[in-house]
Amino acid sequence: MAKIKIRNEIRFILNGEDVALTAVAPDETLLDWLRLNRTLRGTKEGCAEGDCGACTVLVGRLSAGRLVYECVNACIRFLGSLDGTHVVTVEHLRGDGEKLHPVQQAMVDFHGSQCGFCTPGFVMSLYALWMRSPEPSDAAIEKALQGNLCRCTGYEAIVRAARAISSYGKAAKDPLAAERKAITAKLKAMKDGSRVEIGSGKQRLVVPANADDLASVLDKEPGATVVAGSTDVGLWVTKHMRDISPVVFIGNLDGLSTISEDKGVISIGAGVTYSEAFSILAKRIPALGPLFDRIGGEQVRNMGTIGGNIANGSPIGDTPPPLIALGAQLTLRRSKKRRTIPLENFFIAYGKQDRQPGEFVEAVHVPVPAKATKFAVYKITKRRDEDITAALGAFHLTLAKDGTVADICIAYGGMAATPQRAFGVEKALLGKPWTEATVEAAMAEYAKDFTPLTDMRASAEYRALAAKNLLLRFFVETTGTKAPFQVSRYEAA
Amino acid sequence: MTKHTPNLKAQKISGGVATDQRHDSAHKHVSGTAVYIDDMPEPAGTLHGCLGLCTATHATITKMDLSAVRSAPGVVDVLTAKDVPGENDISPTGRHDEPVLADGKVQFYGQPIFCVIAETREQARRATRLAKVEYKELSFVTDIGDLDPRKDRLVTPPLTLKRGDAAAAIKAAPRRLKGQMRVGGQEHFYLEGHIAMAIPGEDEDVTIYSSTQHPSEVQHMVSHALGVPSNAITVEIRRMGGGFGGKETQGNQFAALAAIAAKRHHRAVKIRPDRDDDMIATGKRHDFLVDYQVGFDDEGNILGVDFMFAARCGFSSDLSGPVTDRALFHCDNTYFWPAVHAQSAPLYTNTVSNTAFRGFGGPQGMVGAERVIDEVAFAVGKDPLEIRKQNFYGTSDRNITPYHQTVEDNIIHRIVAELEASSDYARRRRVIEAFNVNSRFIKRGLALTPVKFGISFTATHYNQAGALVHVYTDGSVHLNHGGTEMGQGLYLKVAQVVAEEFQIDLDQVKITATTTGKVPNTSATAASSGSDLNGKAAQNGARQIKDRLTDFAAEKYQVPRDQVVFLPNRVRIGNQEIAFADLIKQAYMARIQLSAAGFYKTPKIHWNRDKGQGRPFYYFAYGASCSEVSIDTLTGEYVVERTDILHETGRSLNRAIDLGQIEGGFIQGMGWLTTEELWWDGKGRLRTHAPSTYKIPLASDRPKIFNVTLADWPEASEPTVHRSKAVGEPPFPLGMSVLHALSDAVASVADHKVCPRLDAPATPEQVLMAIERLKAKTRV
Repeated sequence: MAKIKIRNEIRFILNGEDVALTAVAPDETLLDWLRLNRTLRGTKEGCAEGDCGACTVLVGRLSAGRLVYECVNACIRFLGSLDGTHVVTVEHLRGDGEKLHPVQQAMVDFHGSQCGFCTPGFVMSLYALWMRSPEPSDAAIEKALQGNLCRCTGYEAIVRAARAISSYGKAAKDPLAAERKAITAKLKAMKDGSRVEIGSGKQRLVVPANADDLASVLDKEPGATVVAGSTDVGLWVTKHMRDISPVVFIGNLDGLSTISEDKGVISIGAGVTYSEAFSILAKRIPALGPLFDRIGGEQVRNMGTIGGNIANGSPIGDTPPPLIALGAQLTLRRSKKRRTIPLENFFIAYGKQDRQPGEFVEAVHVPVPAKATKFAVYKITKRRDEDITAALGAFHLTLAKDGTVADICIAYGGMAATPQRAFGVEKALLGKPWTEATVEAAMAEYAKDFTPLTDMRASAEYRALAAKNLLLRFFVETTGTKAPFQVSRYEAA
Repeated sequence: MTKHTPNLKAQKISGGVATDQRHDSAHKHVSGTAVYIDDMPEPAGTLHGCLGLCTATHATITKMDLSAVRSAPGVVDVLTAKDVPGENDISPTGRHDEPVLADGKVQFYGQPIFCVIAETREQARRATRLAKVEYKELSFVTDIGDLDPRKDRLVTPPLTLKRGDAAAAIKAAPRRLKGQMRVGGQEHFYLEGHIAMAIPGEDEDVTIYSSTQHPSEVQHMVSHALGVPSNAITVEIRRMGGGFGGKETQGNQFAALAAIAAKRHHRAVKIRPDRDDDMIATGKRHDFLVDYQVGFDDEGNILGVDFMFAARCGFSSDLSGPVTDRALFHCDNTYFWPAVHAQSAPLYTNTVSNTAFRGFGGPQGMVGAERVIDEVAFAVGKDPLEIRKQNFYGTSDRNITPYHQTVEDNIIHRIVAELEASSDYARRRRVIEAFNVNSRFIKRGLALTPVKFGISFTATHYNQAGALVHVYTDGSVHLNHGGTEMGQGLYLKVAQVVAEEFQIDLDQVKITATTTGKVPNTSATAASSGSDLNGKAAQNGARQIKDRLTDFAAEKYQVPRDQVVFLPNRVRIGNQEIAFADLIKQAYMARIQLSAAGFYKTPKIHWNRDKGQGRPFYYFAYGASCSEVSIDTLTGEYVVERTDILHETGRSLNRAIDLGQIEGGFIQGMGWLTTEELWWDGKGRLRTHAPSTYKIPLASDRPKIFNVTLADWPEASEPTVHRSKAVGEPPFPLGMSVLHALSDAVASVADHKVCPRLDAPATPEQVLMAIERLKAKTRV
C-alpha cells in the first residue's frame, strides 16, 4: 500500500468562500460554527437533534464524480466531516440582481412564513427539491418537507409556494447550476488523496483517505468513534454532551460509498446514505420504497447510512428487520481481515453486537427476492412520517406450488431488545396452506415470540396487537385483493 | 420593503385595511435576515446561563453540592435560590407559589434548582451535569386520574357556572347518560425556544431582550426578583419565533435569572435553554378529565347537562385559574343548554405548571361539549350533525349562556348550513357508508363540528391597550404599541389601521419593536385580542394627531373643519390638495404636536366570578369544519382525506393573514387531538420532551384535500376595529372535526350502535384500542 499523505486541515467551500481550518474540535457542529464563529445567523437552531429542520443547509459533494447538493441538518453535522464539500447557507441564495431568489419570492408571495423561524430551513429544503425537480408533485413536496417542522402555517401556504417556484425562475439558470463546473473542479482539487488528521488527545479527529486507510486507522485506534452520517452520534454530543474523541469520519469515503449488484445480490457500502441506497433498492425491491419514505426526514436520509443503522445495533432501527427477512449478509473488516455473517447474527443483545474492537461494518449484501416470493415491510409509528418506529414487521414468503408455505422469514423491530425474528410464528406457518385460517392460528404464536415494552411511543398491548395484525395485512396483501388494505400517502418515485 | 414616493393622485392608498398584505417581515424571514434574540450581536463579554434541573419528582433537597459545577471550565457563577436579591417568585397571579429557583423543595421532575453562568453556552450546559444533589423523596401524583376533583388539593379556587336546575332537569329527562373523557395536553413547540438576554445599565437599570408575549409582566417579575422598581427595567421584543401562549408567562424565569446574573457581574447575560430543557421546564396546555351527565329526549334534544372539568395544573397556579374558567365558558360551544351546572377543578399535580396555550382552556371545554353531542347522537341513533343543529343556540331565544351572557351575534346556523352544502356532507355520508360496507380493513369516517369562541380577556382589566404614534417632519410615521409579534401578523394589521387612518401608503408606517419604555402597562398579546385592542389604540393615537392637523389646517386655510379631508397620501383643504408630508411640515413649523399616545379599553364587558354571571365577552367568533378520514382497523393508523372549513373574522383587516391563521390553527388543533401525546413514566418524568418523541403535524399530515374559506358576509356586530374580528384562537378548535371523523370511522366497526368514546389525543394506538373495545362490545 502506498504511503498515505497526512493533511492537518480540512478544506471546504462556504457559500462563495474557500475555507481551510486547522483547528477543529471533533464534536464541533456545523451549526455552532456558522452561528458563533462566522455569525451567519440565518440558519436557526430549533431542536439540536435533526428533527425540526430549522438548521437546514445544503451540502454539495462529489458522488461518483458528480456534484450533488443535498439538504442536511447543520445541528448534528460535524464540521470535521465537511472536507471536500460546498456548504450553502440561506445567506447564499441569490436572485436576479437585488431580487429575492425564486424560492424566497414564492414563499413571500404565497404567505409561506408567519413567525419566520423555521422559514430559512424550509427555503433550503425547497431549494434542494427545486434544483432536483423543478416541477414537483405534491407527494414529492411533502416528502421533501418531512424533515421541516412549522408550527404556524399548517404548511398549506408553504406547499402552495413550493408548487409555484418555477414560475419565478428557471432551476437550470440558478447560480449554483451556473457555477457547477467551477465548483466541481474546486472540489475535485480538494480531494488530494490525503488522510486528514486534526488535534490530539480529547480533541482528535481523523478523516481517512479511503476504506483501506480507514482499516489501518481503526487498527491503530480501535476505540475511536466511527461516525458516518452522525444522525445518531450527533445527539450523543448535542444532547448527552459525551466526549467522542478520537472521531473517525467515514461519510463519503472512497471504497465505502459504493453500491453494486452482482448475481442478484446488492452490496451496499457502509458509507452509502439512505438516499443513495434506496434510489437503487426501491427500484429493485419496490416494497422497500414506502419504508424509505418514512425513515427520518430528507435531511436525515441524506446523512444517515444503512451501515450506521445496522452498526449502532438499535432495536428500533428501520433497516435491519427487512434486510434480515431478505436474508442479508454483513461484511465486517479489521485491518485486512474480512468476515461475512448473516445480518441477524450480528445482533446479540441490547447494546451488544458481534463487532470486535477495531472492526468496522464494511458492507451489507442484500439478495433481491425471487420474483415468485412475496416480500413486504410495514412500519408503525405515532406520526406517519419522520417518526421513530413503535413496531416494524418484515415478511418474506415463498409459496410452494400447492399453495402451502414453503419458506417464510418474519423479522420485527421494536418488539424486543434487538431486531428479532418471529420463529414461533414462522414455524406455525411453515408447510401449511397460505389461508386466513392458517394465519389466524399463527397469530397466537406472537405472544410466545415477543414480550414488547411500554414506552413513550406505544404500550406493550398496542405493540403486541398491531404487530400481530401486520401478519394479517401481509396475508391480505398477498391474496391480490383490490380493496385497500392500508392507509398511505406514498407515491412511487 | 422598498420605499417609494407616495402617489399623490392615487384613488386608494396601498396597504390599507381590508387588503391582502404580505407579512411585513416575510422578505426577511425567507432570507434569514429577520433578527430573533439569539441572532442579535452580543455585547463584548456576554455570559451564558444554563438552568440546573432537579432529578426528583417531589422531594426535599437534603444536599446540594455544586463545587464541581463551580470549578468546571468557564464557569463564572452558580446561582441558587439564595442569590435572588428580591423576591424569589414569578407567580403571574401573585399567589407566591412559583419560585425562580426552587428552595429546598422540588415539586416536579425538571424544576430548576440552580443556574450556571459561564463564558460560553456550551460550558454552562456541560457544567450543570456535574451537580451532586441528594433528595428525600416524597409521595407524588402526576396523573389527575388518581385524584378526586372534589376533595384533592387545588392550585387556585375553582369556578361553578349554573343556570336552571341541571340535576332536576337531568333526573326528569326521558333519557340520560353519563361518561368521562380524557383530553390530553399539548406542548407549544414554538420553533424558537425561550430566550432572554439581559444587558446591565447604570444604577439599577437592566434592559432585557426577552422572547415574550407579555413584556410588561417580564418587567414586573424581573423588578420583583431584583428588588428594584419597575422603572429600572426595560423589556424589548421585536419578534418571537412563535408563542402560542407558551411565552405568556413562561419567559419570566429566564429573564429574571439573566437579569440577576447581569447585575451581579456587570456583563450581558444570555440564557437560551436547549429544546429538551425548554420542554421539560416550561408549562404546556392543560389536560383534562371531563365528567359529564346529560339528560335528553328521544329526539336528541338536550334538556340538562352537568360537567366536571378536572385539570392537571401542575405544581403552581400560573394561569390555571383563568384557563379552567375558560374551559367552563366554552362547555356550551354553540349549544344551548336549557339547564346547566359546570364546575372546574384546577388540581395540584407534581408536574410542570401548565399554562396558556392558544384557546386557553376553551378548546378543552368545547371538546367536552362535542363528546356530549356524540353520546346523545349514538343514544338516539341519529347523525351527530343532526343533534348538533337541533341543539344550536337560537338567535332570538334559547340564547343565554351558562354564564348568563346573551348570545347576540349568533351566525352558526348559516355557517354550518353553507359548509354542509359546500362540503357535500349528505352525499359523502352515503358514499362513505357504501365504502365501509365493501372495505374490510379500511374504514372511513366523516364529521362536521362547529365553533363559537368568546373574545375578550375574562379578567376585565386586561382589555386595555396603548399605542404610541409619531409623525416625523417628512410625513413618515413611527408606530409602536403594546402588542407583540409572534408571527400572527399583528404588527402588519395595526400598521394597516394606522395607514388607513392617515390615508398614507403602508410603507410610510414604520413598525417598531415592542418595548415597555414606549408603551407601558400592557396586557399580554393573548386571548386573540392583539389587533382588536392594539389596532384600536393605534387608531386612537392616529386620530388625535389627525384632529390636531385638522384644526390646524382649518385655521390656517380658513375653511370649516369638515372641509379638511384626508385623501390618499394628500389632504384636501377647501379647494386645494396638498401632500400629506407638506401638511406635516407646515404643522411642525406652527408647533403642532405630532406625536400621540393612543389608548383603548373594550366597552360593555363585565364579569362577576363569585356569582358566575356577567358579560365576559365582547363578541363571539364563529366557524365550522368538516373532515373525512380513513383508518386502518388493523393498526389504528389513519389519514385525513379531506377537510372543508368555513370560518369568519368579521370584516377582515387582511384576508391573507387571516387565512394563514385559520389553516395554521386548524392543523395545530388537529395535532393536539391526534398525534401530539405527552407521556410521563412511572417515576413522574416527562418522556416526550423533544421532536423525536413529541410529534406535531408535518406537511404530509395535512388533509389530502384542504378547502378553507373565509366567510365574506359577516361583520362584527360591535364597533370593533373596522368591524373585524379576532382570529388567533377561534380556528384552533376546528381541529375537532378530525377527532370526530376518527370516532365516526371507529364507530363503523360496530355499525354505529356504540359511541366509541374516543379520547384525545387519538393516536393510532388510541384508535386501535377503541376499535377493539367496540368489537368486544358487539361480540357480547
